[in-house]
Amino acid sequence: MKTLNRRDFGVDLSLALAAAILLPATKARADDMEVHIDNFVFQPAELKIKVGTTVTWTNRDDIPHTVVSAGKFRSKTLDTDDKFSFTFTNAGDYKYFCSLHPHMTGMIKVE
Amino acid sequence: MSGHDHGDDGVSRRKVLECMTWAGTGVLWTVTGGVPRALGIIDSAQAATAAAPGMTFLQISDSHVGFDKPANPNALGTLEEAVNKINAMPAKPSFMIHTGDITHLSKAAEFDNAERIISQTKLDVHYVPGEHDFIDEEVKLYRERYGRGTKGHGWYSFDAGGVHFVGLVNVVDLKAGGLGNLGAEQLAWLEDDLRGKSKSTPIVLFAHIPLWTVYPEWGWGTEDGGRALEYVKGFGSVTVLNGHIHQVMQKVEGNVTFHTARSTAFPQPAPGAAPSPGPMKVEDAKLRGMLGVASINFKQNEQRLAIIDTPLQG
Ligand SMILES: [Cu+2]
Repeated sequence: MKTLNRRDFGVDLSLALAAAILLPATKARADDMEVHIDNFVFQPAELKIKVGTTVTWTNRDDIPHTVVSAGKFRSKTLDTDDKFSFTFTNAGDYKYFCSLHPHMTGMIKVE
Repeated sequence: MSGHDHGDDGVSRRKVLECMTWAGTGVLWTVTGGVPRALGIIDSAQAATAAAPGMTFLQISDSHVGFDKPANPNALGTLEEAVNKINAMPAKPSFMIHTGDITHLSKAAEFDNAERIISQTKLDVHYVPGEHDFIDEEVKLYRERYGRGTKGHGWYSFDAGGVHFVGLVNVVDLKAGGLGNLGAEQLAWLEDDLRGKSKSTPIVLFAHIPLWTVYPEWGWGTEDGGRALEYVKGFGSVTVLNGHIHQVMQKVEGNVTFHTARSTAFPQPAPGAAPSPGPMKVEDAKLRGMLGVASINFKQNEQRLAIIDTPLQG
């Protein structure tokens, strides 16, 4: 499992882009997914993804939030417009929540 | 009010501040026989007179120092306004409690700025943390600054003016889907702390998130708050104070009075009145009517409680 910070993510993207240009057959990050936090809600609240997919959460609220799945991943506190990415390398159901506002919950189903 | 130079805040903001009146209008509440009664809008001088004699303390909350979004681009400035208002009170309160979210992002500079402004009241301040004060990586800045002499994550009790005060922490170990949380260790300590106290001792519990269920859909309540309330059931006068929801809310249940203070930073919507509990953007001219402080007065042997909510601008 690998957690990407924003800088790594940028580097990875440009590498992926270069790879995509050199090898058109390579399907780089085409399945990567986004979750937005708007109005104290994870949207979409549930995502179905394939193993190897990277999910990026973006906080679009004026209030900080976190993204926490017990024992699996834990973001730093995300201020407005901050992002957190996590690559899912194992199948399973990942329930997660905001540790500051625990009524905020979401689910990533990895198959 | 003149004599307050907020010069670098830009013209429109300065104008707003200069036009601000410091009349100190507020609502004085008295609770007699469990029934709250608003005595009407009065200014703070009258309030202080009406409330005296007795012990008066002040509550401020949710300063969110570091918050700079459109709902209030200068949370430190409005905290300073609240402090100026406190300093202008005709009768100095005995002390102050701060019911959490001192800072917005638990940064050292935010704690420093809050301290610099709040210390200008020259009042003893008793703090409990809000969830925003507990988000630094090692969760130690709050505890290093305010945790001396406290138990666990920062709970404690003290006596003042014949009243037993208990500061509780309900912002730690929050569980998915849940509300605020006190935890077994703290509840055991609370039960022990109250054991042996005379039932005629007035009790004040204060915590950041409401101990009572205000609106679970927004997490406005404490999962095990009912346990804490059971421990105070037999006492003649119980007052439960909190912040977190950035608006005045009051409820009386038997001999327990629940009261929520305003924020000094930004308002939040009434339960269910908006898609989320996020910061409420209001016109500049209205903002200060929705921020403020609360002062609470006890008259000994009268089972009587007066709560005066003072907006920054009435
Ligand atoms: Cu949150």
